[in-house]
Amino acid sequence: MTLTGELDAGLDVPVDERVIDVRDLRMRYGAKDVLAGVSFTARRGEVLALLGPNGAGKTTTIEILEGFRMRSAGEVRVLGVDPAGAGEHWRARVGVVLQSWRDHGKWRVRELLKHLGTYYAPYSTDEIRRPWPVDDLLDAVGLTAHADQRVMRLSGGQRRRLDVAIGIVGRPELLFLDEPTTGFDPAARREFHDLVHRLTDVDETTILLTTHDLDEAEKLADRIVILNDGLIIADGSADQLSRQVTGLTEVRWTRDGQRFIHAAEDATAFVRQLFLQYGEDIADLEVRRNSLEDTYMKLVLDAEGGER
Amino acid sequence: MISTLRAGLARGGIELKQTLTTPSDLSSYLIPALILFGTIFFQRDAHVPGTSFSLGASTLPGVFGMGIAFGSLLTVAQLLTVEREDGTLLRAKATPNGMGGYLAGKAVLVGGMTGVSLLLQLVPGLFLVEGLHVSATGWLTLLWLVPLGFLATMPLGAVLGSIFDNPRNMALVTLPIFGLVALSGIFYPITGFPGWLQAIGQVFPIYWLGLGMRSVFLPDSMALVELTHSWRHLETFGVLALWTVVGLGLAPAVLRRMARRESGSAVEARRQRAMATVGR
Repeated sequence: MTLTGELDAGLDVPVDERVIDVRDLRMRYGAKDVLAGVSFTARRGEVLALLGPNGAGKTTTIEILEGFRMRSAGEVRVLGVDPAGAGEHWRARVGVVLQSWRDHGKWRVRELLKHLGTYYAPYSTDEIRRPWPVDDLLDAVGLTAHADQRVMRLSGGQRRRLDVAIGIVGRPELLFLDEPTTGFDPAARREFHDLVHRLTDVDETTILLTTHDLDEAEKLADRIVILNDGLIIADGSADQLSRQVTGLTEVRWTRDGQRFIHAAEDATAFVRQLFLQYGEDIADLEVRRNSLEDTYMKLVLDAEGGER
Repeated sequence: MISTLRAGLARGGIELKQTLTTPSDLSSYLIPALILFGTIFFQRDAHVPGTSFSLGASTLPGVFGMGIAFGSLLTVAQLLTVEREDGTLLRAKATPNGMGGYLAGKAVLVGGMTGVSLLLQLVPGLFLVEGLHVSATGWLTLLWLVPLGFLATMPLGAVLGSIFDNPRNMALVTLPIFGLVALSGIFYPITGFPGWLQAIGQVFPIYWLGLGMRSVFLPDSMALVELTHSWRHLETFGVLALWTVVGLGLAPAVLRRMARRESGSAVEARRQRAMATVGR
């Protein structure tokens, strides 16, 4: 893994399995390069998290992939089509959940989902029945009790779940989630994570997600891509990333009422040795690999340090 | 195409039902009608100069015409800017054929809203105001005049709504239109203006909608106080049709340009701006 400069992510995925295929994507506003050559792919059914500090280019990247923004240069294929010129049929296969939607306030929840679903009906196929039946969908996002409520009366978390429901009403093959759980309480967050797992396990939906919640990225994502200053600085599973950043794992224990902390290269060997030496005296043992947060901070700081 | 149109019709129907069951919206239909009839009530003893015809009765049809132009043009412009800010348009863009459905829905909604306010003025007007009646040919005129009025003004509203992306700048659109109303012979006969002002008034659809409506509701003898002493149906049709062609020719390109610029960050930026304005 490279920590500085360009990194091509996911090139080992066979071409026909690539739901997202981005090559050397560049975006320039005036004199500033927001994206300076980004390449990555996502495989069918994969959950890919896009992380990075504000201004790293996450939103620009996702908007280009959604077909909402033109790029300056580079090759982009989403579901095999260039989103810049994609038609309505492509649109029907993609779901979008954005950050700040306040639309359709006067509509009732069920009414809105039913209406938006009708746009997808002409794109129903034998494999994928579109749209998602409203009652099932309400149940899946936990809004059944609020089905007849006006959208403007929903709480922040309920509104967000409605946004997700609208994003998936057409049973998309690819779903974009832009900071989906901002403002969720822990229970709502847990339910949302279960929903995402259901989408990927049952329907093989591919998901591209941006988030600032590293814990969430770790729970949901099969693969994490970290963007910094318009370049990909890391790509891999949370485990791979943390292992590659530092080899050290934190081991904590108590012996005779005293606390010990040790950073071990090989935690398993270290613990084995610990038990051999002290046996029954060891208590409260904890072995903790670097959290994704530690890894992320280190990667971003290293990348920024490399420039200075 | 058919399914998009059907979705748009359904959308317009739902939104029309919503506005007709929202108290604050209802008052915006009723209050203009009340003000209008209040004014006419106080004018009941005034007559059109040189005739025995009541001034109120001669003004009211022009107001119907203005209502069509005003209602459809301004409502479309307003809805477009507001719904761009709250993300409705982006939602439409994220939905297959969503833009087509959105626009068809808006046409139904605005047509319905303008129709409702027209009825609220027309029905009591026919009963309360002396001197208004509609002949058989009058109803026929209404059949082409009202739809053509919508077609001539709604696309223009869409163009204006696409150009102004901040709902708080809409005064830049409304003020000139109020000025135009003053020039269009709705409340004060256009014959009282100098020739160059008459010419400006006759360029825009409001004058012709007012004239067309007067031709429907007023006795034919009243045509004598109009320019050229006639109802000029052919010219009315011609000017409104011309505006329809201009509007429908311009609107798709302008709307497409506006839609192309919609993205999550554009909506977010507008939200931030709106919050900053409200906070001030």
